[in-house]
Amino acid sequence: MDRAEPLLREYLILSRGGQGGVTASRILATAAVLEGKYAQAIPQFGAERRGAIVRSYLRISDEPIKRHSRVKQPVGVSVFSARILELMDLNSIAPTAKRVLVNSSKPVHLGDREVFYVDATSIALELNLVIAGWPVVNTAMAAAMAKVFEIASLDSILEAMKNFFHGKLLEANLEAARRAWDRVRKA
Amino acid sequence: MNGKFWKYVPQNLELEAEEDLRNFLRYLLAHPTPGSAGATGTWRTLKPVIHVDKCVKCGMCWLYCPENVITWRPGEYPSIDYTYCKGCGVCSSVCPRGAIEMVVEGE
Amino acid sequence: MVRRVVLIGNHAVAEAVKMARVQVVAAYPITPQTIIVERIAEMVERGELNAKYIRVESEHSALAAVYGAAMGGARAFTATSSHGLLYMYEMLWWAAYSKAPIVMAVVTRTIGPPWNIHSDHHDILSVRDSGWIIAMAENVQEAFDLTLQAFRIGEDKRVLQPVMVGLDAFVLSHTAEPLELPEQSDVDAWLPPREPLPFVMEPGKPFAVGNVGPNEFTMELRWCVWRAMERAKRVIKEVDEEYRKIAGRSYGGLVERYRLEDAKYVVVAWGAWCGDMKEAVDILRSEGYPIGLLRIRFARPFPREELIEAASGAKAMLVMDRAVSMGMEGIFSMEVKSVVGGRVPVKNVVAGLGGVDVSYDEFVEIFRKFIDEYESGKYIDWTLPEWYMPWRGGSR
Ligand code: SF4
Ligand code: SF4
Repeated sequence: MDRAEPLLREYLILSRGGQGGVTASRILATAAVLEGKYAQAIPQFGAERRGAIVRSYLRISDEPIKRHSRVKQPVGVSVFSARILELMDLNSIAPTAKRVLVNSSKPVHLGDREVFYVDATSIALELNLVIAGWPVVNTAMAAAMAKVFEIASLDSILEAMKNFFHGKLLEANLEAARRAWDRVRKA
Repeated sequence: MNGKFWKYVPQNLELEAEEDLRNFLRYLLAHPTPGSAGATGTWRTLKPVIHVDKCVKCGMCWLYCPENVITWRPGEYPSIDYTYCKGCGVCSSVCPRGAIEMVVEGE
Repeated sequence: MVRRVVLIGNHAVAEAVKMARVQVVAAYPITPQTIIVERIAEMVERGELNAKYIRVESEHSALAAVYGAAMGGARAFTATSSHGLLYMYEMLWWAAYSKAPIVMAVVTRTIGPPWNIHSDHHDILSVRDSGWIIAMAENVQEAFDLTLQAFRIGEDKRVLQPVMVGLDAFVLSHTAEPLELPEQSDVDAWLPPREPLPFVMEPGKPFAVGNVGPNEFTMELRWCVWRAMERAKRVIKEVDEEYRKIAGRSYGGLVERYRLEDAKYVVVAWGAWCGDMKEAVDILRSEGYPIGLLRIRFARPFPREELIEAASGAKAMLVMDRAVSMGMEGIFSMEVKSVVGGRVPVKNVVAGLGGVDVSYDEFVEIFRKFIDEYESGKYIDWTLPEWYMPWRGGSR
């Protein structure tokens, strides 16, 4: 019934408040638009709390996106902290997602889903991307998502990031994105 | 153009807008002028009289007069324009020195 | 040359305010509007926008401040939401019946209790009789476009009324979408500084606004605003068409007609959920149903003529309402029925209150039920509005 399916892809991002899930989704949307696509970056509607699980969504399409309702059938899920998987059952929140990206230092297996992993936390620590005790993994995860879900090229991601960061912080984040792009692996 | 029953279908937008603007100025805006309601001096029953011996030239009466008929400048005694003073007594109530006495008109 | 960026709805509105070279801004924060005025404050701070930003202690004062600024001849802007808009209620009337061409963004949010920061249209539609021009965007691009257009419409000498630009809480206010920005020089030529008017307040030439007078004065003033609203319909269309020159885009004036040509079933609604409705229309069209959407862009002035035109070729109409008048029915339903009165049967569905999400697949079901009921003659039952609450299960 979903006529638009081949053109429109929807993603779910599970992060913790403070990790930058919403920013990651905006970077990805901006990168896709730079490549002439259409995109929507949707935050969790409502109050965010530091440390709490935050859901944000991303739509990428070859045509203008009409719908504004919540993403119900993501084709991919990005998990910013492997421990979130202990608390949330992907089978119930994203049964349609065939491909999953997890921030993890070692391979993760999730039934018959195709899982990719990247140690975004280590990348953030290497580059001192830490705010108030939280490694900020958004740029590393955005780059890994772009690669795993074929959303945009690394160049577009780096270009998009210039809208979000400046100066030294930008430099560190560009490097985080490059490292994540190189290090993301299939589990 | 005159009648009791009115419906509006815009014809000449510019002209009709100008007409509305004229009405608007007339019905919405009021420019303060002494005597905007005529020679309000005829309304008086009691008349304010300033006793300069008690007056400290503070200007409170000038500030509060609802008809804008008291003349005063810093350092000067106030004076009242009786053609328009309506005798409301506000000046007398606000005077901190009791310098304005309300006396029966004509006495 | 247009510039393509990705912005959330609130930042898009702030960008339009900047490009309009607004001179005075006063606002009081309220979720989900706050980001608009936060961004504007940053713009003023950084010197990107040469405006006076007045901090106030309430929404009532915020509107009072921009009302004064507009009476003084300045281009003025404020923004609010929900309870904040209700707190402005008295000042709304003062501004509108003083013909102060303010622009205000209203990030539509439901009204408590219970506390809830999500979108429905009770706030913006509860002020529909206050004399403001009231518009609502479907997406981030339109939130930007409408904000710019609002200054042209409101300040037009043939109109001179304040304008509200609505955008749905979170669904637009916090969602990032691609957006095309026109050139600043094109905007400057298209929207020159406000022209001085004969009633601009100046120091040394004081006057009182709205002093007591004979009762007829009140009725005369209502008549002035009534006439301005009727003229605004023409001006809105004109401005929307002219906007194409700088932006390459226009919407159709008071309404947008989506696949309405030869439509026998006409859905009427406004706001961001119209995007999902368009997808539902596409799906039903591909199955052969002659259905279309008349998307209301302006609730005031109400698109009376456009609705009559759409009704004339239709078998039945469905009004989707995200605001309801308790003891009566959906607000747009009342309005549509009063205009198309008796021409076609009209069904009313109340949905999405308090931010409840309704997606394109649900609209397919809602629209199909509407068509089935009409075709099987069950529209006799349409006197009562229907509430769509899928979580309850079953139907009564
Ligand atoms: S009585 Fe005093 S306050 Fe009243 S009008 Fe006369 S001068 Fe003014
Ligand atoms: S208020 Fe009394 S003391 Fe003050 S200026 Fe007037 S008369 Fe004089």
